[in-house]
Amino acid sequence: MSETKKQEQTTTHKIGIYLWIWGLLFVLSFCSYMVDWLQYQGLLRWSLILIFMFLKAGLIMAFFMHLFWERYALVNVLLWPMTAIACFIFLMVAEFEYTVFTRLFYFVVGG
Amino acid sequence: MSDPKIEGYVFKPGFKGMAEDTGSDQTIFKGVHWGKAMMWIFLLSDTFIFSCFLISYMKGRGSTLVDWPNPSEVFALHVGGVDVPLLLIAIMTFVLITSSGTMALAVKYGYEKNRKMCGWLILATALGGLTFVGMQAFEWTKLIHEGVRPWENPFGAKQFGSFFFMITGFHGTHVSIGVIFLSIYAYKTFKGHYDEEKRGWFTTIKGNYVEIEILGLYWHFVDLVWVFIFAFFYLW
Repeated sequence: MSETKKQEQTTTHKIGIYLWIWGLLFVLSFCSYMVDWLQYQGLLRWSLILIFMFLKAGLIMAFFMHLFWERYALVNVLLWPMTAIACFIFLMVAEFEYTVFTRLFYFVVGG
Repeated sequence: MSDPKIEGYVFKPGFKGMAEDTGSDQTIFKGVHWGKAMMWIFLLSDTFIFSCFLISYMKGRGSTLVDWPNPSEVFALHVGGVDVPLLLIAIMTFVLITSSGTMALAVKYGYEKNRKMCGWLILATALGGLTFVGMQAFEWTKLIHEGVRPWENPFGAKQFGSFFFMITGFHGTHVSIGVIFLSIYAYKTFKGHYDEEKRGWFTTIKGNYVEIEILGLYWHFVDLVWVFIFAFFYLW
């Protein structure tokens, strides 16, 4: 039972925090919708989409999923594997660029 | 839940706590409900599944020489004589965020042992999820009527359909499973199973409001995945 008490101390927070995060998520979602509405293109569009996406994801994980208050052991177990995903993205970007290159090359030069 | 090996264990914050948590030749995540730790591990594996979907979508979209369908036009809704871009998707996003907020509050009220409030908020979350799945069904029906198939579509690159149905379908399945579990947990909360520490199915472990937090982790993850799908599939 002592553990349950410890849990309660670490996981109940003032309602204001949740409402603030909730409001911020709405604002950020509205902003990312505006990116499409205003038809921003190119680098501006991509960077805005990524910024709003990472802010939203960060807020959800940190406060709604309590990761901000969570022990470091859990946070590290969860976040380090993400570097593997980053590596995979890097590899696949190289891969699709190569595929596009070979397609263009053989469409022009011929089989 | 009580692990005999960790009686008297006092958790320390920061890296010192991490070193003691991982390096004492006992169990890791001492004092954490096993269900919560396992939910996190499951969510980590689920992250990898969705990453693989989104990365394969990136690879497919990046390597085709045919123009990719413009999602802003494909997912536009015809309202009052004008095409509003991405309208349905925007509403779905707001519905999912709303349900995520109610879930976060449900977890909070659960830990405060406010049974009624917790139950109603879980029910509201389930309704939000149901609305989301309903709108997704509408979206799928609309696109299928317009001729979008996993192997072809009238808008552009053929790969569009297969990625669309695979990614949103897998996410929709997660939402549907979430709605089922939310309903079950709403019932259990209203019945007072967590106040009475009643045992659940197939387990000898006593019920506790920490189970609401575990359910909440799953639900927030579903919202989290949607953030990435919304950014990469609908906005990009």
